[in-house]
Amino acid sequence: MHELSLAESMVRELVDYIEKNNVKKVFQINVVIGKLSGAEREPFEFAFPIAAEGTLLESAKLNVEIQKAVILCNDCGTKTTLDIPLMRCSSCSSKNVKLINGKEFLIKSMEIE
Amino acid sequence: MCKDCGCQEGNEKKYFDHQHSHDHDHDGGHYHDGHYHTHDHDQHEHNHNEEHHHSHHETRTVELERNILAKNEEFAHQNKHWLKDRGITTVNIISSPGSGKTTLLEKTLDALKDRIHCSVIVGDQSTDNDARRLQGKCDFVYQIETKSSCHLDAKQISEILPQVVNEHTKLLFIENVGNLICPAAFELGEDFKIVLLSCTEGEDKPVKYPVIFSDASVAVITKIDLIPHLDWDLKKCRKFIHEVNPGMYIFELSAKSGEGMNSWFEYLEKLVK
Repeated sequence: MHELSLAESMVRELVDYIEKNNVKKVFQINVVIGKLSGAEREPFEFAFPIAAEGTLLESAKLNVEIQKAVILCNDCGTKTTLDIPLMRCSSCSSKNVKLINGKEFLIKSMEIE
Repeated sequence: MCKDCGCQEGNEKKYFDHQHSHDHDHDGGHYHDGHYHTHDHDQHEHNHNEEHHHSHHETRTVELERNILAKNEEFAHQNKHWLKDRGITTVNIISSPGSGKTTLLEKTLDALKDRIHCSVIVGDQSTDNDARRLQGKCDFVYQIETKSSCHLDAKQISEILPQVVNEHTKLLFIENVGNLICPAAFELGEDFKIVLLSCTEGEDKPVKYPVIFSDASVAVITKIDLIPHLDWDLKKCRKFIHEVNPGMYIFELSAKSGEGMNSWFEYLEKLVK
């Protein structure tokens, strides 16, 4: 389960920020997981408390937002949001497309005191 | 700054000046310090610059937009430059366990022995069996045992790079831990990823594991000598690959029979030129 490594990675990033910015308390952490990022919501949520234990983050609420994959058609310019990762334009069926969203794996924001 | 009223941190006395972001509902009511009360601006006057006390947590939201894998990507970036500076092409080979990564490497290293100086880093959860199979077939072979981890990460690679290349090295293969999910999330500093899929696996693996199939630059269908004995449709598999990664280059080969291997070797030779 690589989500534990991912959660530990996030905790390290945030602890770094917390120390540098003299944060006293963390209430919420908002994370974006792209459908094609290689991370999954449930195991990440499961791993977070384990990774956060003993840090200021352990009492924080983790909010995960899923970003669907979005492709931009190079032929007709249509943006298609994909429910399943079939890289085909919904308008002209072209496969000449570019992935513009879905690979994100970000700490978007954090509510702190 | 406090998100409730816009006051500066540490101030005991706060001012409302209507720059604050809390709900101050002029249609009738609002929450204030945990209780709800109503007021109506038609009925009374109040001064919005009035000094008052209120208890509050000085909470604020900081926009971070930070990549969670930033640390790994830093190491990956360093590895990439380190390898580029030495003129080394690096490929990260990813597949399920048992798709034939090590066998393909064995035959590849044998064939390239006098043509290209190669090195291999191989990752497994446990044992150095794969490294022993590849030993003597190229300049350096290094086994990383990942223990509890299901993937290689860029820091592990950075720690051993100086030991696995020399001034002659042109091509570095990183055989990742057999797993189609986790290694896809961790860049190692490779030039690109190659994903293997054996024809003893389902044709629809590319759509079941779209992350790695959309991320890799090249797919290799292995064990094609077995196709006549299987209920397995090559055309269907190619179609699934192209559904998640249109235009992806696909090799079809058998390391055992040698079928399709020459075009694979030619491709690798072109890579290092």
